[in-house]
Amino acid sequence: MSRNLLELQNITKSYDGQLILDDLTLDIHENSFVTFLGPSGCGKTTTLRIIGGFEKPDKGRVLFDGKDITNLPANKRQLNTVFQKYALFPHMSIEENIAFGLRIKNKSESYIKDKIKYALKLVNLDGFEKRSIDSLSGGQQQRIAIARAIVNEPRLLLLDEPLGALDLKLRQEMQYELIRLKNELGITFIYVTHDQEEALTMSDYVVVMNQGYIQQAGSPEQIYNEPENAFVADFIGDSNIVPGVMLRDYLVRIFGAEFKCIDAGFGVNKPVDVVIRPEDVEIVDDDDPRAILHGEMTHIIFKGEIYEMECTTPDGFEWLIHSTELHEPGKKVGLYVKPSNIQIMNKPESEDEEALGVEE
Amino acid sequence: MKNKSSRYLASPYIIWIVGFIVIPLLTIVYYGFTDRSGAFTLSNLAEILVWENYRPLYRSLILSAASTLICFLLAYPLAMILRWYKIGRGSIIVFIFILPMWMNSLLRILAWQTLLERKGVINGILTAMHLPEQHLINTTAAVLIGMVYDFLPFMILPLYNALMKIDDNTINAAYDLGASFWQVLTKIMLPLTVPGIVSGVTMVFVPALTTFAISNMLGGGKIYLIGNVIEQEFMQDSDWNQGSGLSLVLMMFVIVSMLIVNHFDDKKDMGRGGVI
Amino acid sequence: MEKLKDTLSQCYLAFIVLFMYAPIVTLVALSFNNGRSRAQWSGFTFDWYAEMWADQAIMAALRNTIIIAFVSAFIATVLGTIAAIGINNMRSVSRNTVMSITNIPMLNADIVTGISMMLCFIAFGVSLGFHTILIAHITFNLPYVILSVMPKVRQASKDTYEAALDLGATPVQAFFKVVLPELMPGVTSGFMLAFTMSLDDFIITHFTRGAGIDTISTLVYSQVRKGIKPTMYALSTVIFLTVFVVLMIGNFAPEWLKKRRK
Repeated sequence: MSRNLLELQNITKSYDGQLILDDLTLDIHENSFVTFLGPSGCGKTTTLRIIGGFEKPDKGRVLFDGKDITNLPANKRQLNTVFQKYALFPHMSIEENIAFGLRIKNKSESYIKDKIKYALKLVNLDGFEKRSIDSLSGGQQQRIAIARAIVNEPRLLLLDEPLGALDLKLRQEMQYELIRLKNELGITFIYVTHDQEEALTMSDYVVVMNQGYIQQAGSPEQIYNEPENAFVADFIGDSNIVPGVMLRDYLVRIFGAEFKCIDAGFGVNKPVDVVIRPEDVEIVDDDDPRAILHGEMTHIIFKGEIYEMECTTPDGFEWLIHSTELHEPGKKVGLYVKPSNIQIMNKPESEDEEALGVEE
Repeated sequence: MKNKSSRYLASPYIIWIVGFIVIPLLTIVYYGFTDRSGAFTLSNLAEILVWENYRPLYRSLILSAASTLICFLLAYPLAMILRWYKIGRGSIIVFIFILPMWMNSLLRILAWQTLLERKGVINGILTAMHLPEQHLINTTAAVLIGMVYDFLPFMILPLYNALMKIDDNTINAAYDLGASFWQVLTKIMLPLTVPGIVSGVTMVFVPALTTFAISNMLGGGKIYLIGNVIEQEFMQDSDWNQGSGLSLVLMMFVIVSMLIVNHFDDKKDMGRGGVI
Repeated sequence: MEKLKDTLSQCYLAFIVLFMYAPIVTLVALSFNNGRSRAQWSGFTFDWYAEMWADQAIMAALRNTIIIAFVSAFIATVLGTIAAIGINNMRSVSRNTVMSITNIPMLNADIVTGISMMLCFIAFGVSLGFHTILIAHITFNLPYVILSVMPKVRQASKDTYEAALDLGATPVQAFFKVVLPELMPGVTSGFMLAFTMSLDDFIITHFTRGAGIDTISTLVYSQVRKGIKPTMYALSTVIFLTVFVVLMIGNFAPEWLKKRRK
């Protein structure tokens, strides 16, 4: 395990009496690509702004490389931010934008010139020095914003929904660019997004946030395959979240049917939430012996690679199913789920805990 | 809404502006370039070189430049503070700072006269405190205060509008890249508010340059400005030719100063916008 | 550090408010002062208000001011709104010419605008009086109306007008039922702007008025030379208060109503 570059300790922040971050603690390892993921208002941007130095936490400390920087102003921190809508300086040329930080530090003009050239090459915009900001597309402005940040050789780069304003195709392109940049620069990235696909594709550590709490933190695989609570399961990809009862270890009852699973330790006859990904629900013939639940196909949408279908079981639940096989609406089918594809979660006991999730 | 016949809707208006803007301007040009007998002459324009006319023009230029500068120095920090507290357009606080714009300016000058007069409020307070009376009214300073007071809201509004337009993150980005407060001010805020500064400067400088009421009420005829000279030519001496000639000279100064100011602003019409 | 910045900022705001309002508050206070002295408080009185009310010259000036402001703003609004639609449909060359002329009264010094109109009236044998003030006010109000309405005209889509025609409306019906409501915010703000501009004007009125007719501004100007009477303070108070109340309502009433409805 590599060492911690940044430590957030018990960060609490509220605006106008409304709690935005509640006792948030998180370590970020040197040279990792960390993503804060969550719906708008979950506190992810506030966390980033506290790291960047644009907000002060009400309580808690921010440690950078072991040193307390909680009260250090933004212009003294060894990190840089790429802002949501780029925040390029509209009255300056591209060159002047990139040079801004270096001129502040009184670097020599020849050094600045080399740096600009290097940075523009890195973001694939060689030769754009003299152009004006207005002449650039959104994607190009984004690259300039990144170039402007990285010439300062920050040890940590903060990116606040940097791809939010781009269209889908450009966004996918920029995702690969960012991964490449991260590898070439060898610095730590903290990336904020509400797009779960972006988070899973790019990062090696995902922090899922909601209502000021960290809901779950881990590798993209962990987050996707083993969501710790209903919020994470729901937020990361589509899923079927159904109430169930854990009859005993390795056996759960859903809508009266018994499913084998691989989870244990929940106790006996304990109510739980069960998460099943749409691609893990297998459609079999109605009379197939493997069928555990029976239902009728109700909806179908062709999504390109797969069909997105809904199957309604007698209790009225609509199962979301992804499959390459077409099953026409009206058809009676059987449903089967492999034990390893069933994810059992503790049921939240009160509303408060629902917000809390299964934090620790 | 685009069809050919509806363009004729503008005809009454065009007749109006030709009748009441274009023709009056041509009239003043005509009087300015002729003598009493109607013959062409440049002597009305040359009148400005006479000491009694040149001196007030010079005084007007100095006082209007000074009042513009003072208004700017007062209004910019104010607008920055309003921005810093994120006080929006609709708030009562902003309303308070631009409200005087709508209050009859002559009555507001009257208020200063009341304060500054020999037997006015300030001297009254001084006397009550057994301090010597001060000579306040009919001084250059009094006229300058009047100008600053009268035109300050016209500087505040465009500067405030321009500053509020700057995205928070543009300023944060500058701090993020290591800039100090002073560097953010000089390299980001001032350049980005140039259109607002241009509006504000125009809205203060031109009326200050051409005023005659402020100098009359607070200068007591002793602080004679170019506006007073022109006003007298028409209202007392009734020399329309000379008055028109001087008006044309003044107009040229207005145009030249506006060209100079606008030169700084490549993107026009940004900070202007509506009023209140 | 933050605390200090906060305190300094608030002191500065207070200083500017004091600078802007202390003279006005002084006038208001003096309007209730029982005595002619400006330096001594000799007790509270409404006498100056009664005297102002009885003063023919002041009342006439007040009437003139309000009538001129209202009528000139109204005519300018009608003329300007129709003009804005017409100008928008012009070819760009003539549109730019008309707009440059429109801007002249806003950019030119008021003193030159006033003098040029006065000269023109006299040269063409028009006697100066109420009507010349009115014409002058309409003239300098027009650009404000056009600049307020123009953006709305540009936004207003051709589609709604044509949809109305398609549904059987006559062009006149379409204008009043569809186009005008769309322009209305610009039209009202143009009217308000014109009204207040007219109320406030001194310089242009000064040159285009004839002998024997006064507005508040010209009355104050002539009174000042003779020495200020406390009735002027009463008048100022009434005007400041009216402007304050009207602008408060104009600015904040829509929001209050919205909040109350919620």
